[in-house]
Amino acid sequence: MKTEELIRVLAADGARPVIPIGHTLSRALMLGAVLSTALFFLILHPRADIGAAVQTLRFDFKLVVVGCVAAGAALFVAYAALPAPTGRRQRLLWLGPLLLAVGVILELATAPVSSWFPRWLGHNATHCLSLIPLLSLPALGCLLFALRRAAPVRPAVAGAAAGLLSGGIGAILYALSCPDDSPLFVATWYSLAIGAVTAIAAFVGSRWLRW
Amino acid sequence: MEQSLQGDFCAYEQLLVLLTVAVRNVVRGRARAAGLDPEDVVQEVLLALHLKRNTWVTGTPVAPWVAAIARNKIVDSLRRRGTRIEVPLDDVIETLWIDEAESEGQAHDLERALGRLNERQRDVVRAVSLEGRTAQEVATRLQMTEGAVRVTLHRSLRALAAAFRAVPNED
Repeated sequence: MKTEELIRVLAADGARPVIPIGHTLSRALMLGAVLSTALFFLILHPRADIGAAVQTLRFDFKLVVVGCVAAGAALFVAYAALPAPTGRRQRLLWLGPLLLAVGVILELATAPVSSWFPRWLGHNATHCLSLIPLLSLPALGCLLFALRRAAPVRPAVAGAAAGLLSGGIGAILYALSCPDDSPLFVATWYSLAIGAVTAIAAFVGSRWLRW
Repeated sequence: MEQSLQGDFCAYEQLLVLLTVAVRNVVRGRARAAGLDPEDVVQEVLLALHLKRNTWVTGTPVAPWVAAIARNKIVDSLRRRGTRIEVPLDDVIETLWIDEAESEGQAHDLERALGRLNERQRDVVRAVSLEGRTAQEVATRLQMTEGAVRVTLHRSLRALAAAFRAVPNED
């Protein structure tokens, strides 16, 4: 086929408005968050003492940390989806981990040594490890689908960004029902769970997001 | 570019012609060095630019965006032939707008990729490409609705891009 003929075909297919990738991604994020939240209310519920918990520093801190992880990842998804990204949006990725590190240091400085181990182990680390990935799945599916329409320079990185974002969403939801608020617990088990989602999404991305 | 994305048919065709010239300049030297037909790579880049035009951010410069997509496809197509090559982005941007004579623009990879479409898709693509028919005319001739023609055309293009990716071209 001649190039002029190809151009004719492309022009014929181009005769309708295009939805910018940013819109596609933000719609996918909203839909994914709604679906993940629905799943949360289907299989879990906010902890019974949530009213009292929001008045404790540790519970709020936990939510802020996972919120920062999700927000940083959301900006990074929009960045990684482009073929020629500009700006330095990776930096915000460090905000969540940095806050958490400060929290861990404060916890170690203030809590008695004898309480370190029970705080770290928590009540149900296995719940945390399995439920965060499960809750993140609907969001991850929506985001990866939307990213198929993107043109990432590095598909694995774009996949990982989507994994981090959906892992963050899963963690925010799980945090509402999780009785363990110590930064020691969050730094270990939440990180592992979110990291697992990120790794899986990076692998899927490297295969499925190539264009 | 902006007009094209809002569905302005004529603006888009003009834009594609301009981009073709730019892409040819970038591709020519590199493809020859690797022993490829440059026009094959040009067509693959054009197809990618078309299918990924939603990733251009309104208000940002067009050249780096075109260069990034072109680079990705050039590297891809060279890698498929087992040649490893580094293409610095600055080089691509530099050669983007050099004016050079047109080549006649016949290529073979796309023909092969067309062979992987189903019959209906091929009919629609041929009717538009060879006879320059509009979706409406194609619809009447093939007894389809206009919407179905548009959907078929769009799916065909995505299938063509996938076929480019999938087939290691043994020349």
